[in-house]
Amino acid sequence: MTADNLGGWPDPQPRMGFFTDTSVCIGCKACEVACKEWNAVPDDGFELLGHSYDNTGGLSANSWRHVAFIEQPVPTDVLAEAEAGPGDMRWLMMSNVCKHCTHAGCLDVCPTGSLFRTEFGTVVVQEDICNGCGYCIPACPYGVIDQRKDDGRAWKCTLCYDRVGDGLTPACAQACPTRSIQFGEVGELRERAAARVEALHGQGVGEARLYGHDPDDGVGGNGAFFLLLDEPEVYGLPPDPIVPTRDLPAMWRRAGLAGLAMAAAVVVSFLGGRP
Amino acid sequence: MKERAMVPEADFRSYYGRPVVRPPVWRHDIAAYLFTGGLAAGSALLAAGGDATGRPALRRAGRTTALGALIASTYFLINDLGRPSRFHHMLRVAKPTSPMSTGTWILSAFGGAAGAAAVAEAAPLLPGPLRRPVTVLGTAGQYGAAALAPALATYTAVLLADTATPSWHAAYPDLPLIFAGSALASGAGVGLIAAPPAQTGPARRMAVLGAALELYGAHRVETSKGILSEPYTTGRAGRLLRAGRTLTALGVAGALLGRRSRVVSALSGASLLAAALATRFGIFDGGVASAKDPRYTIVPQRERLAGSSG
Ligand code: SF4
Ligand code: SF4
Repeated sequence: MTADNLGGWPDPQPRMGFFTDTSVCIGCKACEVACKEWNAVPDDGFELLGHSYDNTGGLSANSWRHVAFIEQPVPTDVLAEAEAGPGDMRWLMMSNVCKHCTHAGCLDVCPTGSLFRTEFGTVVVQEDICNGCGYCIPACPYGVIDQRKDDGRAWKCTLCYDRVGDGLTPACAQACPTRSIQFGEVGELRERAAARVEALHGQGVGEARLYGHDPDDGVGGNGAFFLLLDEPEVYGLPPDPIVPTRDLPAMWRRAGLAGLAMAAAVVVSFLGGRP
Repeated sequence: MKERAMVPEADFRSYYGRPVVRPPVWRHDIAAYLFTGGLAAGSALLAAGGDATGRPALRRAGRTTALGALIASTYFLINDLGRPSRFHHMLRVAKPTSPMSTGTWILSAFGGAAGAAAVAEAAPLLPGPLRRPVTVLGTAGQYGAAALAPALATYTAVLLADTATPSWHAAYPDLPLIFAGSALASGAGVGLIAAPPAQTGPARRMAVLGAALELYGAHRVETSKGILSEPYTTGRAGRLLRAGRTLTALGVAGALLGRRSRVVSALSGASLLAAALATRFGIFDGGVASAKDPRYTIVPQRERLAGSSG
């Protein structure tokens, strides 16, 4: 269906990804646990953050799925609120994950070739190559990939490369009891997502919106995208992410200009004026 | 929400005030490398200019400092790796989309050339038949290193800017000017410290031109990036950049007024080097601070969205 073949493979497979529909997430964290179990990801410390039911905090080297919990007033119209006083509270829950970007900042900047694009269009770190240079970490517009402190290398979601290669579903999607996490071909998931958001709008959930589904956004669309019920930043997502390398040609032009200025300054210094 | 009350002027929402992008995990090794890399580049240019115009003291100081700074750079870069024993994995690929890959190759080529140039300074100590080839090779290395120096001095600006770190990325048009200027000033500083006043005329001019580039670039970064200028003017980064500016001014004043005094010249050279160090650490810290506060990621992106839809 999506025959993007982002990695230039001789035998490309359909691009695979996740559609995470947060409107049905119940915050059970089965995805967090299943991911840790399958991928043998170490613990992330045992802190109590006081952020509702979230004690994981965010994605990190040791958390490749993260369930966010937001407590907020149910959106109502202003007039109703003025009459009845503040309305009910609601919980937003969202299982976050690496976006497997079409234009992935992490992959672009990796100087060792450790990060690579799989035949499924996903973005994966090769742990036997990574030398822990850390460049991928600030290059991700979503703050996903991270260095494992006691190990030095960079780690993140692999979209269960091993399982997908064997025709299995990634552990998180397999474990999700509400089908909030759906795994499949990206093209088909995009259609499913569009239908779902339309259905929600029909049911009066006007705040439902898709995030990361658009191939024309600043990262060329995500392989793992979301249906959200509030603005992205409420969930800790950037509202308008752009892959840093988009501006790379302009950056090199500016560097080239500065380099020329430097050379000219040296010539002038040595040839001009008194001793 | 808590952050709303704290930041009334830029209203934004976030997830419990947590950062959106991840701050770099680079330690201050990388900030130090920004300085030593620039010093190596500036010194290589000083050596080439000095040799071409018959100023042996500039040549000697430039060549040896370039090699010393290069060795320090290599140390800092390897020490910062999560897996230092795998540093050679950088050399598996040459990847144009990665400024770190490009930079590794620039640094390697520069290292070979600068090494040959520095070794040739010891040619007089070698047995007769070796002297000539080593000297010739040294001269070739010296000009090779000088040709690569502008790339070495400015690629690090691209290295920082090619990230989602808000204040680094936004500063991409101006960071190369700062880094080029501060590399020139560092090279000039070496000349002022090491050479007798009769040979330092070009170093003084290099100091003035370098300082001008550096101060102009820093001014742009501190004033023209909207809220993304803030991290460069506040906190530790702000203090470092202000210190850098003062030291630059002192160094230039000394370079211009202390023509006849070896001591004043050397002090102004030291001041220029300290200025370059402070400036690099300031730029480094400003970026890190911008990544730690979600405001700097969210507010500019919101403004961009509002601009494109409205
Ligand atoms: S979300 Fe970040 S870590 Fe994941 S593919 Fe995109 S840039 Fe890389
Ligand atoms: S830390 Fe590893 S995966 Fe990340 S850019 Fe460096 S080598 Fe590549």
